[in-house]
Amino acid sequence: MADSVLGSEPVISVSGLQMRYGDKQVLAGLDLTVEAEEVVALLGPNGAGKSTTVEILEGFRVPSAGRVSVLGVDPAHGDDAWRSRLGVVLQSSNDHGKWRPRQLLGYVADFYRPYVDPWSVDELLELVGLTDQANQKLQTLSGGQRRRLDVALGVVGRPPLLFLDEPTTGFDPRAKRDFHDLVHQIGDLQGTTILLTTHDLAEAEKLASRILILAGGRIIADGSPITLTRAVSRTAEVSWLQDGQRHIHASEDATGFVRDLLAQDGETVSDLEISRATLEDAYLSIVEQFEAGEAVEGAQFEEVAP
Amino acid sequence: MNENATTTPRRNPTLNAYRTGLRRGLISTRIMLTSTSDILSTVVPIAVFIAVLLFMQRGTFEGAEVGLGAMSLPGIIAMGTLFSAVMGITGVLAMDRTNGSLLRSKSVPGGTTGYLVGEITANAILSVAQAVLVLAVGLVLFEELEFGSPDRWLLFAAVVLLGLIATLSIGAVVGALVNSPKNMGLVMLPMMGLIGISGIFYPLVALPLWLQWLAQVFPLYWFGLGMRASLLPESMVTVEVVESWRIEWVFMVLIAWTVVGLSLAPKLLSRMARRESGSALAERRRSIQQDWGV
Repeated sequence: MADSVLGSEPVISVSGLQMRYGDKQVLAGLDLTVEAEEVVALLGPNGAGKSTTVEILEGFRVPSAGRVSVLGVDPAHGDDAWRSRLGVVLQSSNDHGKWRPRQLLGYVADFYRPYVDPWSVDELLELVGLTDQANQKLQTLSGGQRRRLDVALGVVGRPPLLFLDEPTTGFDPRAKRDFHDLVHQIGDLQGTTILLTTHDLAEAEKLASRILILAGGRIIADGSPITLTRAVSRTAEVSWLQDGQRHIHASEDATGFVRDLLAQDGETVSDLEISRATLEDAYLSIVEQFEAGEAVEGAQFEEVAP
Repeated sequence: MNENATTTPRRNPTLNAYRTGLRRGLISTRIMLTSTSDILSTVVPIAVFIAVLLFMQRGTFEGAEVGLGAMSLPGIIAMGTLFSAVMGITGVLAMDRTNGSLLRSKSVPGGTTGYLVGEITANAILSVAQAVLVLAVGLVLFEELEFGSPDRWLLFAAVVLLGLIATLSIGAVVGALVNSPKNMGLVMLPMMGLIGISGIFYPLVALPLWLQWLAQVFPLYWFGLGMRASLLPESMVTVEVVESWRIEWVFMVLIAWTVVGLSLAPKLLSRMARRESGSALAERRRSIQQDWGV
């Protein structure tokens, strides 16, 4: 950083963010802070305002009200020097279909030269696993290859902050796993701060250190995957087979319960399983509570002080 | 935080964006020249027009010494340039706003400038190539054309260059206003009308007076007139309005349109780019899918 004071400031800081389209309120006073090197997932039902929020942070949309700072700059007034420090991976894309990965990557890299030394095109192609497809037309790439190229295009200027908007929609499990590994690598390699939106809870759990749930135009939950899950349900389900019968018991202290169970009739118990609420359960329960009109205390889930 | 992030540019960012844009122009040109569909959509109309001219060549206008085909060829060059510039820029902007190429450019520092410089360069290169192609074919097929002296070459080059800049800037204005490939038809129709009244296929003097006046407001008539002045024998001047090539008016009108286009285009293009966002893109795609059922 040129300005050392900025080093301790959050990478993204938003307060009282509002967005109205006509009389439709999409964002109703959203507060959000993302610290350096965090990987944060933004979850929420369709129409909750995820994309709008990300577009405001990327400087593609001007909010109706609120204070926004991304890398110390209001995105509405961000210049090219500011933009050079953002990596943007947009929702599904089919642009530049007749270009080739090496060509497009080299072309995009050149725009960053006034600000940084961009990635070497060949090294980056290797990192995203597209060396063999380097000279193939983009329109002939598979969905997963295309998305990995999108990430390469997003990070070619070595940005300290990367936005990923629904990066793995429509992927098969293998492509998804490859993609997640890539995001981990990028995060580790450069200490990049990442904000991603997704509908895939397993993906959020796998990639993110912190999860934000957006509903009704504000953040209704904020915490690590484990805190969110615990906050919704403290009980775990213990199930076992005994005398040919399946038994199920919900317990807040599953470990203690199992210890007692095995101590009493350990000989006859088999096929023991303990299952906790998943992030999906937590998510659905939080969104349901919210939609039922119950006030979900955002603070209840907070782990990181704003 | 990232060590590489600096706020002081190491080289001039504007210059860098223009230079990278020129690189895009060369890549786009090469892509268009090597893709069969792009080549066919340029070459087939030219072939059709040349064939029409060959038929027209059997007739003459009021006993003029040059056949109607040869007489119309210069106008075809003007029309082709107008068509390729306006439809080319409008088409590429509409396509690239639908497939996300413009949004991708916008997410890169200086990318919007680079994108526009690149696409306009590519379009200019192809329009000039097309004009030269029609000229070459015309010179081979119609021996009445006179193109043997440096003053004719100079006039031809100057009018093509000025006409190209005028039509490209008009194309950029139209392209910034047409926000979806769905609306390309709205551009086609008035273009066809303009071509019909601009004395391309038949001398302007044959039209009712009010249409002659209307045609002379727009650049196409003057572009065509300049082309005729550079390619037809001097005697053909009798077929023109007021029996003069009116070269000074050719330049004045084309410059006036260039000034209008160039003063509007950057504002409209940056407004267009500013409004571009992922949700605008998604909305446009949805609307096209609904209409075309793709």
